[in-house]
Amino acid sequence: MSDTADRVKKIVTEHLGVEADKVTEDAAFIDDLGADSLDIVELVMAFEEEFGVEIPDDAAEDIATVKDAITYIDKQNA
Amino acid sequence: MRRVVVTGLGLVTPLGGDVETTWKNLTAGKSGAGQITRFDPSDQKCTIACEVKPADHPYGFDPSLRVDHKVQRQVDPFIIFGIDAAGQALEDAGLTEMTEEEKFRAGCSIGSGIGGLPGIESESLVLAERGPGRVSPHFVHGRLINLISGQVSIKYGLMGPNHAVVTACSTGAHSIGDAARMIALDDADVMLAGGSEGAICPIGIAGFAQAKALCTNRNEEPEKASRPYDRDRSGFVMGEGAGVVVLEEYERAKARGANIYAEVVGYGLSGDAYHVTAPHPDGIGAYRSMEMALRKAGLDASEIDYVNAHGTSTMADLIELDAVKRLFGDAANSLSMSSTKSAIGHLLGGAGAVESIFCILALRDQLVPPTLNLDNPEEGTAGMDLVPHEAKQREVKAVLNNSFGFGGTNASVIMRAV
Repeated sequence: MSDTADRVKKIVTEHLGVEADKVTEDAAFIDDLGADSLDIVELVMAFEEEFGVEIPDDAAEDIATVKDAITYIDKQNA
Repeated sequence: MRRVVVTGLGLVTPLGGDVETTWKNLTAGKSGAGQITRFDPSDQKCTIACEVKPADHPYGFDPSLRVDHKVQRQVDPFIIFGIDAAGQALEDAGLTEMTEEEKFRAGCSIGSGIGGLPGIESESLVLAERGPGRVSPHFVHGRLINLISGQVSIKYGLMGPNHAVVTACSTGAHSIGDAARMIALDDADVMLAGGSEGAICPIGIAGFAQAKALCTNRNEEPEKASRPYDRDRSGFVMGEGAGVVVLEEYERAKARGANIYAEVVGYGLSGDAYHVTAPHPDGIGAYRSMEMALRKAGLDASEIDYVNAHGTSTMADLIELDAVKRLFGDAANSLSMSSTKSAIGHLLGGAGAVESIFCILALRDQLVPPTLNLDNPEEGTAGMDLVPHEAKQREVKAVLNNSFGFGGTNASVIMRAV
């Protein structure tokens, strides 16, 4: 597992207060992890902070799963 | 009018994370005051407060018992205290499981004086230092005063009236009085009513200190700082926490065999129309508030056994005391009156609710809590039992709670045994 994946999962676990083993790469924030739209805004802010990237609103709308987040961040930092 | 009784209690205070721990410490004469730990207060005029203690303290508060992890991260302390106290009260009343029909008739009236001041302060700094894009999406609903009632209604599915009083330090008393009327007028059968505060943050302490309301000359002896009616009193000590009661229509409570603590029999409200922070020097607002509550209760002044005073440990203490003397006449000499702010500080919007619960416990245990630090009673207090230093066993059949707030807003609640 990549370093990005680990850090993303840690943020998701902390912010959503879910058990770590539920935060798989396929997990969808809203459908699987009980997030609402405001939680997504907060998660995106936390990703920006952690990885020093900027995630504009239209890009954030396409981030629905843990894997989407990891892929976007890796692409920005590539 | 329908009769309204109290069937559940919940407390989060500087003396305990629940009702019984708080009451035991309060009646044992303990103080909840200490140096501020929430932030470094060393540049403040006042460095002391009555903080709610952390979970690992002998009488601490564990927010994880009733407040979801995610909610804890998103909201200010006053909301966390309020949700927990409301949960305690519902559990105590045995009403955590209600039918859909019952939930339509169950509501919330839990207010606050200031609301989310710590979060407003910290997010304002985020805005100034890092820009609008870093402000939390939970900023607004994590600070709004009506969000205790909102959160509690969501958590327990309560679909009746959803309300929140904001009347500074009278909030808790107004919340109980107003909610009792909602039940009396048939708007609801069950109401969670109370108040909460969590404003111990740099701008909260600085603001009250600049308004010359806080005690600033006893930073080295915090437990001695709140001393209502004492000649050396010099301002209040900030407290925090919440008090919530379950109010219920009497016939319903009786039918389900609920434990009935007390009946809310009288409620009075008035405005001073005088000054933004100082009470009217003649205590006319306090007098009229108490007088209305007595009239509504249909009680004679001589029937009140215990008054939990507003008594903040400021110049205003004697204004309230004089109003009590005028209204009660000779009966003032047979009642007991104490200020529990001497032990838990001033909980601002939470005060009236927490102190109403102390009144109810005084009824239950026939025990009145003390006024700490009353070493040298101010001239003019002679003849009145202000319960100095130690709790006192006595007959208690009817109780009165006073709360007065900035803006000149006054509320009095009278309860008695059923």
